[in-house]
Amino acid sequence: MAVSDKPVTIIASDRAPSTDEFIKGLWRENPVFVQVLGMCPVLAVTNSGANALAMGLATTFVLVLSNALVSALRSFIPKQVRIATFILIIATFVTVVDYLIQAVSLDMHRALGAFISLIVVNCLILGRAEAFASKNTLGRSILDGLGMGVGFTFALLCLGGVREILGSGSLFGFALFPAGFQPWIVMILPSGGFFTLALWLLLFNRLKARKAARGVTGEAAA
Amino acid sequence: MNDDSLWTIFLNASLVNNFVLAYFLGICPFLGVSGKLATATRMGGAVCFVMLVSSLCAFAINALLVAIDAPYLRLISYIVVIASTVQLVEMFIKKMSPALFRALGIFLPLITTNCAILGLALFQTNKGYDLLQCIVYALGAGSGFTLALILMAGIREKLELATVPDVVQGTALTLMIAGILSLAFMGFAGLGA
Amino acid sequence: MMSPAAQQSGASRPPAWPMYRALVGVGLVCGLLIVTVFVLTGPVIVRNEAAALQAAVFQVLPGAVSSRSFTLAGDDSLRPAVDGDDPQATVHAGYDAMGELLGIAIPAQGMGYQDVIRILYGYSPQREAVVGMQVLASKETPGLGDKIEKDPAFLANFRALDVALAADGQSLAQPVSVVKSGAKTSPWQIDGITGATISSKAIGNMLWHSTAYWVPRLYPLQRELARGGGEHGG
Repeated sequence: MAVSDKPVTIIASDRAPSTDEFIKGLWRENPVFVQVLGMCPVLAVTNSGANALAMGLATTFVLVLSNALVSALRSFIPKQVRIATFILIIATFVTVVDYLIQAVSLDMHRALGAFISLIVVNCLILGRAEAFASKNTLGRSILDGLGMGVGFTFALLCLGGVREILGSGSLFGFALFPAGFQPWIVMILPSGGFFTLALWLLLFNRLKARKAARGVTGEAAA
Repeated sequence: MNDDSLWTIFLNASLVNNFVLAYFLGICPFLGVSGKLATATRMGGAVCFVMLVSSLCAFAINALLVAIDAPYLRLISYIVVIASTVQLVEMFIKKMSPALFRALGIFLPLITTNCAILGLALFQTNKGYDLLQCIVYALGAGSGFTLALILMAGIREKLELATVPDVVQGTALTLMIAGILSLAFMGFAGLGA
Repeated sequence: MMSPAAQQSGASRPPAWPMYRALVGVGLVCGLLIVTVFVLTGPVIVRNEAAALQAAVFQVLPGAVSSRSFTLAGDDSLRPAVDGDDPQATVHAGYDAMGELLGIAIPAQGMGYQDVIRILYGYSPQREAVVGMQVLASKETPGLGDKIEKDPAFLANFRALDVALAADGQSLAQPVSVVKSGAKTSPWQIDGITGATISSKAIGNMLWHSTAYWVPRLYPLQRELARGGGEHGG
């Protein structure tokens, strides 16, 4: 299900400082731009900054709590049924966040629609539970979830911001341009999502290529 | 609950609101398995089949959950039941028809956690379709997915022969093409009206 | 995704007890969590939904300050709506500060350009006209089709859209129809939106079908509704 450009390296050794669990998700192992995980919500709900932020926060919430519970129960769960258990746990927290959003704002729930429920199949969350939380202590798993969640939110905002600015001429609902601005409607249409993400990936590929050219020669830039 | 005609439902699910190009569901297999035309066709077939099975399952679960008045268990039971049904189907096919298993088998586990399958189950519930409408909806969504996958694979096979700058290679290029395909599919809007 | 059954083919079977313990234990914890959250948030959600619906009713019936919901009983009489009634078959009578019936808010839906559009419109039996319309849900193209929600000139069509009954009381005297933008000549016509022809036609069709169904049924009931429909269904 997950298609990533390169195998995700997990620094799970005890030597790694704890803050690194948080920081790596923001940039170096950014779930969207580097690992290319969880594409469905990235494309589907980023037609405005506010939607992107809400989706990012909901995903972070699920990610942190499922990481925490998986990590806390990791010695209790036999290897054979771990994936089934992880999915149970994730589905629970997604249901919880679904009801919480409904209670806080019906409009937001309507805007995100079924994509809140679809957090369940976000490869990122199952991926973190399997690759990190099931092997690490509670504290580190929470930090990892938080870092990945914030990195995911950051990526969603990158897309949502660009699409809203160009597509509606506003950011978080505030108009940015004078009245004469003709918005690029294509940006808030589905195809705009594909284009914007492609451009962000191009930027990241370019950065990676430059870094590789400057740094150790022979290190493939994915 | 919903009086959409079957033809409208099919057109909507396959073209107007194509699962991949308009709803962004199933992007992962779409990006991953669209390299070769032959693989894409088989993947599409497998997805169609799984969609049909899980749509029926979701319909039954929903009826049960409505009967016992427990809507809050919907998501968790959908994902668990769909996942295990696909597993059962996989074992069944392996036993009954090894040839079919070789054709579809490796894709079945991949499909289980595909968002398009769960999305289909959730959408049909939200829209309140009856059994026949669900079946048509699943077939429409599956054929739409297959169509998108085949189109993409055809284009990517041709692109193999073109020279492309290194930076653009990979996911970025595929996403660009997907964007253009999505624009093209916009032309179908209004068909179901 | 590996269910336990799928892995039993291995030569050495793992002990079953820890697996059951883990699955049942996690299942119980999860179930408990979901039910707790559902019980805690349920009343808030119901209240939010009711508030949103009421706001929409007041929007399409200008001047309304209270509302009551009714649904059609089998013999075309009205009974107060209860939980579980089909929302599409439920209408909301709106009353002003004096308790006078202002009109009835009616939901309608139909296929738009992209997906199903759901609207709520206000019908005034006294004026025999549609007096307000609000789009509840639509996925129309942003910047084009979504003008049906915001375009002031388009929404102005629904401040006094004639839906008078024909002499027989069974159908509308004139069909609600959508004409090209600026070509409206009669009170039962809707000025369409240039660039959003299909979306505006969809609204017109919805209104035409819905009014053709509801107006002949609701018009004779307006006196009962004015008294709050108390005689029917208790």
